[in-house]
Parts: sequence; C-alpha cells; structure tokens
Amino acid sequence: MVRLATRAVTAHRLRSALTTLGIAIGIFAVVLLTSIGEGIHRFVMSEFTQFGTNIIAINPGKATTMGASIGVFGSVRPLSIDDAEALRRLPYVEGVVTMVQGNAEIKFGRLQRRTTVYGVSPDFPQVFRFDIASGSFLPPDDPRNPRAVAVLGSKLARELFLKESPVGARIRVGGDRYRVVGVMEPKGTMLGFDLDDTIFLPAARGLDLFGREGLMEIDILYVENAPIDELVASIRRMLISRHGGEDVTITTQQQMMDVLGSVLGVLTFAVGALGGISLLVGGVGIYSIMTISVSERTSEVGLLRALGAGKGQILTLFLGEAMLLAAAGGFAGLVLGWGGASLINQLLPSLPVHTPLYFIFVAESAAILIGLVAGVAPARRAAAMTPVEALRTE
Amino acid sequence: MIRLEKINRIFQVGDQQVRALNDVDLTISSGEYLSIMGPSGSGKSTLLNILGLLDQPSSGKYQLDGRDTTQMDDEQLARIRGRKIGFVFQFFHLIGRLSAAENIELPLILAEEAPVTRKPKVQEILHRVGLEDRANHRPDQLSGGQRQRVAIARATITRPDVLLADEPTGNLDSVSGAEVIQLMETLNDSGLTVLIVTHDPNVGDRAPRKIKMIDGAIVADTTKRADEAA
Repeated sequence: MVRLATRAVTAHRLRSALTTLGIAIGIFAVVLLTSIGEGIHRFVMSEFTQFGTNIIAINPGKATTMGASIGVFGSVRPLSIDDAEALRRLPYVEGVVTMVQGNAEIKFGRLQRRTTVYGVSPDFPQVFRFDIASGSFLPPDDPRNPRAVAVLGSKLARELFLKESPVGARIRVGGDRYRVVGVMEPKGTMLGFDLDDTIFLPAARGLDLFGREGLMEIDILYVENAPIDELVASIRRMLISRHGGEDVTITTQQQMMDVLGSVLGVLTFAVGALGGISLLVGGVGIYSIMTISVSERTSEVGLLRALGAGKGQILTLFLGEAMLLAAAGGFAGLVLGWGGASLINQLLPSLPVHTPLYFIFVAESAAILIGLVAGVAPARRAAAMTPVEALRTE
Repeated sequence: MIRLEKINRIFQVGDQQVRALNDVDLTISSGEYLSIMGPSGSGKSTLLNILGLLDQPSSGKYQLDGRDTTQMDDEQLARIRGRKIGFVFQFFHLIGRLSAAENIELPLILAEEAPVTRKPKVQEILHRVGLEDRANHRPDQLSGGQRQRVAIARATITRPDVLLADEPTGNLDSVSGAEVIQLMETLNDSGLTVLIVTHDPNVGDRAPRKIKMIDGAIVADTTKRADEAA
C-alpha cells in the first residue's frame, strides 16, 4: 500500500514537486521565524539571568492593578538603609543590596569622565555575581556612616588610569574625595548598558551625592530552595510594620522571568503564526491536487474496487498520498529552514537564532497533519464512488 | 456455483424508471464456459456487474456458493470480489504508471499478502500467460493483446472461481483476440468458470453454453451437447 501511494506521487513528478514546494515553503517559514523568535527569547533570558536567579527586588511604591505606582503621588515612606539592615536579619536571606543610581563626574588628576554611579552595599558582588579584578570591594563599614571609598568598573579604570593600578589612588566623585579600593572584572553589557563604565560607592554616600531621601531598590539574595512565598510574606510583613502600610512592590526574579518569558513566548508564537499562513496555503495546494488526482483516477478507483479493495483501502491510499506529499514537503522545508538558520548564524552572529529539536518534530507533525486534513475530503470522495460508475469513467 | 433468482435491476434516469434486468433466473455451475450475447442495452453488462458483485440488484436473490450476497455489506462484497471473482475489461484497465508485473501483483497487495509470497506467484502467472520477458514493461510499451493477457493474469492471480470478461476482444485485432480467447479457454480447462459478454458471434459461438439477452431478459439459453462441443 505504501509503495502504491509512493508510485502515484512519483508518477507526476512536476506536479508533486510543486505541491510539495507549497508545504516546504510553509515549514521553512515557520521553522526560520520561530528559530529567530526562540533565539531572541534565549538571548534576552540569558541577559537577565546572568545576575543569578535567587533574587527578590523591593521597590518603593505599591504597584496598583493599573500598573501605575502610587509612589508618584508622594504618600510613600522612602526605603531606607535601616529597612535593608532589618531585612538582613530575616531567615533564608543570604545578602542584601541597597541600590541608588545616578550619574556623576569622576576626576583623577587632570582626567575626568562622566559615568554611572551605583550606591550599593558590600554584598553587591555576591548577590549579582560580579568578580573583583584587583583590590577588594567596598568594606563592611557601618552602613549609615561608611568611609569614602570607591570601586571602579573595568572600563572606567582603564580610561582614567590608563595602565597604572588605581588601587589606593585618590579620586573625586561629584566634588567629594574618595579612595579607590578595588577594580571590578569586566562584565560586558546588559541590553545595551555598559556595566563596566561604572563606579561603585557605599549606598549612604550615594544618597548624599544625589540628594535622595530613599533607596531606589533593595535586592535580596536568598538561599537556594528557600520557600519563596513564605520569604516574600515575611518581607512584606516587616516592611508594613516599619512603614505603617504596604507601600512597596516586591518582585521575585522568578516573576520577572515568567512575565518576560510569556511576552517572548507570544512573540515567538506570533512570528510562527505568520509562517503558519503559508503552511495553510500549502495545505490548500495539497487539497486541490488531491481533488484533481481523485477525479483523474476515477476509473482506477473502480478497478481497485473490482480487484477487491474495500472503501477503507481506497481511503487509506489517497490519504497516504496526501500525507506523503505533505511529509516530503515538510522534510524539505525543515532542511531549508534549518539550513537558513545555520546560515544566519554564520553570516550574522549577532542575530541570535536557535532551532530547538522539538520544533523539528512539531513542524513535521504539523505538515503531516495538514496533509491528512487536506486529504480527507478528496479521499472520502474516492472511497464513496460506486464501483460500476467509477469503472464506466474512461 | 452461481444461482440468480428473479433478479431485477431498475435505474432511475431523470424521472423515468429503466428496467435493465427483468426477473432474470440463471444458474451457473462451477467450471462452466458460457457467453452472453445480445444487442446494446439488453442488460448484458448490468448482469455481469451484478454477477461480479460490483452492483446490487434492486430485487431478487443472488447466491454465490450457497451464500446470499444481497445481504452483505460493502467490505464483505469487496473481499469476495478479491478472492472469488476475476474481471477482464474491454479497455484493459491497467494502471499506466505500474509495470506489467506490478499490475498483476495488485490484487495480492489489496488482499494484504506478504511480499515474499507475492513475487513467486507473479512469476508463475507471467510464465503461464507467456509474458515473462515483458514483466518490467509499462502498459504503453505493450501491444493490445499483451495488455489483455496482463489483465487476465491480474484477474486470475488470486485463483478465483469465476472469470468475468466484458467484451475482452472488443478492442483487439482478430489474431490477438483469438490468443486471448484461447488463453481463457485454457484456464477454463483447468477448472475456472469463464463467462464472456460479447457482441462478436465468432467469440460467443465458441462457448458450449450460450445465453441471449434482449430487453433485460434471457430469451435463449442453449447448451451444446458434449460431443458437439468437442
């Protein structure tokens, strides 16, 4: 039976090839587009997870259901360094980073450079997986009154100090004098932000520098496998009791990843659906070719019925042909799509492309399913023919 | 053993009813060789289709080897066609994209026989119809007589009880026609029931039993005595 179907397909080479091409283009489009979508998905996710995943972020202001923050209206108590110190004593908490960020001018001798300033606590490298290249990070001083020390990002260090070692040098940040105690390892960029063109100061000094009352964010690193819901609840309880009301937004890294993942998933699905349209067109092609094929071969159907074929066998034969066309097209499309994705990888390494293995199975199954659906109506028509009338058609 | 009792076949043409077969009674014993003759529209082909289980009578009873076929469903009829009945058509009905051997193999494929047992049967029957050297030729590379021999091989590869031939020589020159008739007679000698529908009296007269049809009814049913037939 399989060979019968194959012979029917190979008998009309050009026609079969053209029909197959329709499905091939569809599968090609789906595979290539979803590969690009999936590549972008993975790229963005890895950008976000490079800082670790066991992080809970606390921002001032309560996000309402509308997504706006009532912090805008000013009825919020600022997140303070004391809040951070209190949170440090909660169970499961491994590290706490206080964060304030801004821009300031850095001077060393005659050289000066405007750069991003992070006011952070000494836990910063541990929480966000940064490494120190030389010297040390900020010392564990009294967080309310730390010494005037600074740690340089690798690029800033290179720009200001050229080849000298900056450790021990004295610099000015926004007019105040600081002593450099360390230099970070290069970290690269995240979504276009250069993480190496930076300087790290103690958080309290950062608040003074920018004239802010409260921190922008507190990040909590928790131990692996900690009960997250319980931890979030205890953070919320503590901040409510300290602030007299719920005026912060607590976001776990997991929530962020979930939201991001679902947004990117929709993106991938959307581009895949665009490719799906051409797949649909390919299905219509199979349907029309099978319709023509059935009416052309009416007398053959009559003959097969006379030779003992049941309706089921006729149905199977034509369905088999439709599926064979679709499967061959699907395979060709997969090869093209996979080749296209590899080619993009070669030519444009910056455009992330990724074809997961399961896509290949899903795409090929989709092609076969389309063949099946497109073939059902013509095959049923063939099976329903009465042998006498089918034989009479010449 | 075929037994038809009061078979009627009525076709609806527009709002008119056409009675193609009118109370036909016919009994055919196994191993018989008979011809059905008659003018166009006399019901010969309709009778052949009903005998071959391609068509069902409007009323009446058709017993094949003691079983009433009018009560059978489509799949049962298809199985019996595949096992007990072989068809030969005026226009050969070979599948053009398949070789002679593959055309002959078709009924075995439809009967879901294993490939290992199919091949020797095809070889044997090719030998019987004298077309071994044409096995891999496609139908359009064969002469009319060769094509009809392929069709006969295909009709008999399942070792059916009955061979139904509808104008088997109608599309052939007299030499090839005679070869084809001879082949069918040889098969009849080995026990196959052969029934030929034909216009050609030269063909029809060879059969020991001759049936003449007019207007959907059997008007003559004559059997030569054994000494005449010889």
